[in-house]
Amino acid sequence: MEFDTIAAISTPMGEGAIAIVRLSGDEAFAIADRVFKGMGGKQLQAVPSHTIHYGHIVDPATQTTLEEVMVSVMKGPKTFTREDVIEINCHGGLVSVNQVLQLVLRQGARIAEPGEFTKRAFLNGRIDLSQAEAVMDMIRAKTDRAMSVAMGQMEGKLSKLVQSLRQEILEILAQVEVNIDYPEYDDVEEMTLSMMMEKSTYVKGQIERLLQTSEQGKILREGLSTVIIGRPNVGKSSLLNSLVHENKAIVTDVPGTTRDVIEEYVNVRGVPLKLVDTAGIRETEDIVERIGVERSRKVLKEADLILLVLNYGEALSEEDRRLFEAVKGMDVIVIVNKTDLSQKVDMDEAAQLATHHRLVTTSLLKEQGVDELEEAIASLFFAGSLEAGDGTYVSNNRHIALLHQALAAINEAIEGAEMGTPVDMVQIDLRRTWETLGEIIGDTVQESLIDQLFSQFCLGK
Amino acid sequence: MVKKFEAGSFDVIVVGAGHAGVEAGLAAARMGAKTLMLTINLDMVAFMPCNPSVGGPAKGIVVREIDALGGQMGRTIDKTHIQMRMLNTGKGPAVRALRAQADKVLYQQDMKETIENEPNITLLQAMVEELIIEDGECTGVISKTGATYRAKTTIITAGTFLRGEVILGDLKYSSGPNNQQPSIGLADHLRSLGFDIVRFKTGTPPRVNSQTIDYSKTEIQPGDDVPRAFSYETTEYITDQLPCWLTYTNEETHTIIDENLHRSPMYSGMIKGTGPRYCPSIEDKVVRFNDKPRHQIFLEPEGRNTKEVYVQGLSTSLPEDVQQQILTSIPGLENAQMMRSGYAIEYDAIVPTQLWPTLETKKIKNLYTAGQINGTSGYEEAAGQGLMAGINAARRAFNKEEVILSRSDAYIGVLIDDLVTKGTNEPYRLLTSRAEYRLLLRHDNADLRLKDVGREMGLVSDESFEKFVSKKEMIQGEIKRLQSVIIKPNEHVQTLLESIGSSLLKDGIKGSDLLRRPEITYNHIKAIIPADSELPFDVEEQVEIQIKYEGYIEKSLQQVDKLKKMENKKIPDGIDYDAISGIASEARQKLRDVRPLSIAQASRISGVNPADISILLVYIEQGRIAKVSGE
Ligand SMILES: Cc1cc2nc3c(=O)[nH]c(=O)nc-3n(C[C@H](O)[C@H](O)[C@H](O)COP(=O)(O)OP(=O)(O)OC[C@H]3O[C@@H](n4cnc5c(N)ncnc54)[C@H](O)[C@@H]3O)c2cc1C
Ligand SMILES: Nc1nc2c(ncn2[C@@H]2O[C@H](COP(=O)(O)OP(=O)(O)OP(=O)(O)O)[C@@H](O)[C@H]2O)c(=O)[nH]1
Ligand SMILES: [Mg+2]
Repeated sequence: MEFDTIAAISTPMGEGAIAIVRLSGDEAFAIADRVFKGMGGKQLQAVPSHTIHYGHIVDPATQTTLEEVMVSVMKGPKTFTREDVIEINCHGGLVSVNQVLQLVLRQGARIAEPGEFTKRAFLNGRIDLSQAEAVMDMIRAKTDRAMSVAMGQMEGKLSKLVQSLRQEILEILAQVEVNIDYPEYDDVEEMTLSMMMEKSTYVKGQIERLLQTSEQGKILREGLSTVIIGRPNVGKSSLLNSLVHENKAIVTDVPGTTRDVIEEYVNVRGVPLKLVDTAGIRETEDIVERIGVERSRKVLKEADLILLVLNYGEALSEEDRRLFEAVKGMDVIVIVNKTDLSQKVDMDEAAQLATHHRLVTTSLLKEQGVDELEEAIASLFFAGSLEAGDGTYVSNNRHIALLHQALAAINEAIEGAEMGTPVDMVQIDLRRTWETLGEIIGDTVQESLIDQLFSQFCLGK
Repeated sequence: MVKKFEAGSFDVIVVGAGHAGVEAGLAAARMGAKTLMLTINLDMVAFMPCNPSVGGPAKGIVVREIDALGGQMGRTIDKTHIQMRMLNTGKGPAVRALRAQADKVLYQQDMKETIENEPNITLLQAMVEELIIEDGECTGVISKTGATYRAKTTIITAGTFLRGEVILGDLKYSSGPNNQQPSIGLADHLRSLGFDIVRFKTGTPPRVNSQTIDYSKTEIQPGDDVPRAFSYETTEYITDQLPCWLTYTNEETHTIIDENLHRSPMYSGMIKGTGPRYCPSIEDKVVRFNDKPRHQIFLEPEGRNTKEVYVQGLSTSLPEDVQQQILTSIPGLENAQMMRSGYAIEYDAIVPTQLWPTLETKKIKNLYTAGQINGTSGYEEAAGQGLMAGINAARRAFNKEEVILSRSDAYIGVLIDDLVTKGTNEPYRLLTSRAEYRLLLRHDNADLRLKDVGREMGLVSDESFEKFVSKKEMIQGEIKRLQSVIIKPNEHVQTLLESIGSSLLKDGIKGSDLLRRPEITYNHIKAIIPADSELPFDVEEQVEIQIKYEGYIEKSLQQVDKLKKMENKKIPDGIDYDAISGIASEARQKLRDVRPLSIAQASRISGVNPADISILLVYIEQGRIAKVSGE
């Protein structure tokens, strides 16, 4: 077999559905082994073909566990592509399956082009001749569609950002090239390692920022920041516990139990949340006032999502109304808890206060309504109304993979510069960064470097 | 029309004895082909119509490559230069490059003598007007006098002569470079054969009399004190070097140019050909970069036995009187007497995508073209192509397999691949940035890359090859040694490390690992753990580079591996692109024109995108399977 190893998500994605990350190629088993922690440390390369294994996907760089998975191991040639194939079955929904895909891409797989698994199946003689035409049509169609999707994404801020970053690099490249090709030309400053380092560090920061603000980037790393607010004793800590499926926060019938801010990471139907249970609110204190203090306001301001809890068993108070005021314009889900108690709350007024927001009723005690709540969170996210960061984000897996490659290349450039490697060699990694970024926006034409050279500098005899 | 007569038959005919022609002729002859070289004027063999210099970044590496392959340029310049300098010594080894200032006349003389002494070459003065084409194959040429020469293969290296027109101010006349006879019949003939032709333009600065230059107002630019040579064969070095000089234009110069722009043929629209961006005329520079207060001017002697000085930086086609005014405005040149004026020249070049990577034309079998006729510019670019065309034409004459250098083998490979795959819309010049594997394509390792190829072609002598083999062994031996010898932290070592600001050893360290430290050179290592016997300088240099930059070299090699895989996927001859559904129409057109030999080459064509390549791969595979199952 002569092909590199490719990977892609191979099931249509929907919430809750099991999604599969499929790898095919010589390195498939080796890559899988690098990220898979099975029972008793078993190696997938060693297990019999066509078997399924339970375990976890762990990022070897950070030792964080990304996902609980079932992995199918299929040795070529008895596979769809006739190559070694690994299928990682993920349960955790869109975000975590993407996370697993990103990880295997960082571990050396390349993201599959549209139709590439089928193409390999064909090239390796798995599909018969009559299907060849169909394969070609499919490649064309899928590529065109992928292109148009990618183009759509490229229109906006991201493409501008990538372009300006590339221009930044291009100018360094051109300057180095001028120093090389026209060593006697006295008009250009000699590019030094420290200048290169400075610029590379800037570029690196920008790439990292892009990755962080990326949908999977920021959200995966930090979770959607989700703040639970509500009057004392309404069941905030109970809510946190029930979303985490563990008793993380102390729950008592004493109002004002929670004293410290509690943060928990939880994956709700594939949406990672950083849950914040607001804290230390004493009975005597006015909540809104409390929230008014610097720190709490900051927590609220940075929140991507607010879970506002009301008590079904009590009438709405002025405090409740002021809470609604405080979260105006934010993404809020209103939870009316303790439906097992007899109704004191005015549901009409609650619904009215909750205009523009989802309203869910729960009894955390009886474990009712939690499904609906999870549903509400997930749909809010997948509908795209929840957004992390400033709105410039990369969601396309190919782009994220390329950004990671670009980051690796720029890191090598910086490393090289730190070690005192000659400028023209550091240039090699810088150029790779530039080319990789170019792939994101579909522009790798090397002529542009030469164009830059001659437009920026006055050269010649 | 003159009466035609049979004048002899040969293996290879080379039309032209410029820089491409001489390498082509010498290579073919040295490979054993009975070779005829025809040129318009025998006094102008290997003439340098522009700057008196050979080498420089990228180009200098080409000269080394030519030498490793058994070509002539390096050997001749080593004997005939007036100064040499190694450029970019402050940078990494990949971009170091040698440049020589040539004694133009001596260079020509040595080249001509070399050709005359080559027993397989017949050198003749003749103007070729026509090719003999039979059944789509070129079988010879016919000269203006009716002489008919026949050969198995023919190489045209007509430079800037094809329908050449010299332009100077509002003067325009039919001429080759330096007022030589232009080549009009052959140009018309090539058009009539149906070749796509472009019109390119280039220019040259005035020459002034050295005795009228006030050098005290300029800066001296001496050669290196270390002996330098292009050729691996050179053993004698020229020590008596002549300096060049540096001066600058100024506001006054620019004002003169501005005021006379209306008299420039560039701006009056008289020049229609496309000029190269990398050697703009001074009027171009002043217009395009009008905020620059001054431009560098290098004064370069044209030789030891002449007073002519080449004014580098002042290429122009402004009228002669304006040229003199410009000169007068420049410090040191106030009283300079202009001996020849600068001029621009327009000429025909063939669109190089009409060539196979062997430089054979696709249209006419056994016909090759090389040099400026293929849209390039520069002596080294011409020589490199000439050599490869000469090799391939001789191989064809002997029914041997073709030889194509890859982009990862040589700058020559990059050059030819760029030409035949992408074409060019201005005179093409090599730049280091054109080579994606430039770390592998270094000045120092040209022999390691190419000597085997030269040897296989029969262009490298036994003696030279033995020397090379033993060099290789010494390099490998020394690298092995450094990888195994452990340097212990004794006092001698620690003092030495301290003296160069390198951190002290805590433990024993392999020689190779110590050498990897940026501040450590092979000389330091040598002082600590000397080799059994003193190694030649070029061996030490290789050891140092190969160990020090191993990581980077390794990375490049991995990229090359990928390239090779794609290169090995050959596209069958006569593939019918129209029969492949799904390829986009722009890509289809390009593929049909370029007719790439491999998937690697196909993927470098602009306008052919990855989806087209995928489809092509599937199709080729289908063809392969079809053939297998049909058997
Ligand atoms: C005015 C001028 C300015 C230049 N400026 C630059 C520059 O700035 N930078 C740069 O890199 N290069 C420059 N060059 C280009 C450089 O000189 C050429 O690239 C190089 O000489 C090309 O080599 P060649 O062998 O292809 O052609 P040439 O050296 O031109 O040789 C052509 C040969 O073909 C012969 N010939 C032509 N037609 C016929 C025929 N019909 N029959 C027989 N023989 C024929 C001629 O006699 C000659 O021997 C310039 C050239 C000129 C003329
Ligand atoms: N009946 C009933 N009781 C509930 C429900 N949810 C929570 N409780 C109880 O309400 C009390 C307070 O719950 P917590 O989760 O501690 O409330 P909190 O909002 O975190 O309170 P503080 O931290 O004190 O502000 C506990 O005794 C819980 O058992 C529910 O749905 N029904
Ligand atoms: Mg609490």
